[in-house]
Amino acid sequence: MTKIDQESKQSTIQFLRAKETTTLPNSPYKAQAKAEIRLTMTQSESLLVTFGIPLFFLVVFSLLKVLPLPHGVTKSVYFLVPGTIAMAIMATGMVSLGISTGVERSYGVLKRLGTTPLSRGALIAAKITSVAIVELIQVVLLGSVGLLLGWRPSGNAVAFILAIILSSAAFAGIGLIMAGRLKSEVVIGASNGVFLLLLVLGGMIFPIGALPGPIAAVAKLLPAYASAHILFNSGSAGIISSLTTWVTLVVWAVAMPLLATRLFKFE
Amino acid sequence: MASIDVKNLWIRYGNYDAVQGVDLEVSTGKVIAVLGKNGAGKTSTIEAIEGYRRPFNGDIKVLGLNPITDRKALLPQIGVMLQVGGIYPRMNAKQALELFAGYYNDPYDPKLLIDQVQLTHVADRPYRYLSGGEKQRLALALALVNKPKVLFLDEPTAGVDTLGKGLIREIIAESASKGASVLMTTHELAEAERICDEIIVIDKGKVIASGTSEALRDRYGRSAVSFKTSTTLDVSDLESELGITIESLGQTTYRMESQSSVIQVGALTAYLQKKGIDVLELNAGKSTLEEVFLEITSKSDDQN
Repeated sequence: MTKIDQESKQSTIQFLRAKETTTLPNSPYKAQAKAEIRLTMTQSESLLVTFGIPLFFLVVFSLLKVLPLPHGVTKSVYFLVPGTIAMAIMATGMVSLGISTGVERSYGVLKRLGTTPLSRGALIAAKITSVAIVELIQVVLLGSVGLLLGWRPSGNAVAFILAIILSSAAFAGIGLIMAGRLKSEVVIGASNGVFLLLLVLGGMIFPIGALPGPIAAVAKLLPAYASAHILFNSGSAGIISSLTTWVTLVVWAVAMPLLATRLFKFE
Repeated sequence: MASIDVKNLWIRYGNYDAVQGVDLEVSTGKVIAVLGKNGAGKTSTIEAIEGYRRPFNGDIKVLGLNPITDRKALLPQIGVMLQVGGIYPRMNAKQALELFAGYYNDPYDPKLLIDQVQLTHVADRPYRYLSGGEKQRLALALALVNKPKVLFLDEPTAGVDTLGKGLIREIIAESASKGASVLMTTHELAEAERICDEIIVIDKGKVIASGTSEALRDRYGRSAVSFKTSTTLDVSDLESELGITIESLGQTTYRMESQSSVIQVGALTAYLQKKGIDVLELNAGKSTLEEVFLEITSKSDDQN
């Protein structure tokens, strides 16, 4: 037996006989949530989509005033702050979460996690926690920049926060459905494609009134419009959105995570 | 009680039966290797035992638990190493081990494990930048983090250098000596021979042979003399000289069945001396496990 063999043998035995360390019960959910937050906040491409693009739209179009505004709105920043917050939630919940989860699936990470005590529900909850924390930072950042650009919030804070929570659930659910069923390359294309489509149809940057009538009618059934519309009404316009818009957002917020839990595949 | 007890396992993908009636048993503290060609049904079998794949038919018990219905109770007690991947590409070894340790109530200290699998020097390097051997060692450390009673290892030394292989084999053997039951797949027959208590050969979804490596060599092996020469031989001339059949394995590699290797080696060397041909390699005795494996899997091919 060589010296290396002997040293290696000795260290192996030492490790296997090592005194047991911690005995406090660990929580798979907590461990996973911590890891998810760290991974999200250190992914530069993801930070560009989730922070860079909404901030760019907010600053540039508030200053340049080249986009049409909804009827009755005089300053673009009043339309753009809630709109870019809706866009940021969509980017974080659907694009960033969808792509990162799709990559994890293709690397066999989800398959490996399926053989640990981390349940599917705990994994999804950890991902939603990470998304919620990133979104909180986005709202504070976009809101602060909006204030500097002249935005003065007017409306219902409870409705505003509730709309953020419901939007997060809806978009994260869509992202996880794509990530849990499609190949990672397809997830990248699909989530970006759906993001652009919903950006146009969602009334986040361009008012929905600028769209042709039948397209606008369909757009009103989508989560992007419901999210942007409620955020605008409760954050800038100071009015309560219609029951139909709230119902639309609630249906998406409940159905998508439920569907994700049912359809999600670890491999 | 056996740690793993599998009876009449069937796994079906669409209309294709990937595993057909496999029985296997792993006792506490034993290392069992499942051998087979690519697509033989090894990984499907292991994944069904892990509870990852739902069997079409059959009865599986791991530590007395059903891997599907008792999954919650079973998962904290098993360690799994996948054939490839399974680790966040942007996560480093330290972060990955800390994460996995966080899933269990009484894990090993991640720092100690990193040290033991000799990854201290690359502990902060993201997984995607590790070498093949480093990735495998990290995957093994993750499988061990919860002090598992049963270890499932899918080709644990694939793509690992010689020193790394030695370390992985040593850790597997030590884990077993401390009471862990190990079920592993491998294409490295020498490895199976060296560290496994029993070998199970699967082909086309069926167990075609099982036993200790010695028992398999006794049952299926042949006494033979194999040799390599400096130049190509006239095989028919040698056959008429020695009076036995010579099998040509390559341009300068040959094998002859032998009842008495001493006499045949003597006759062979005398013949080669007469012809002025050098012997580059010479092996006499029972077939190696590799030869046995090729023998039984080719027989199985013939029968189908």
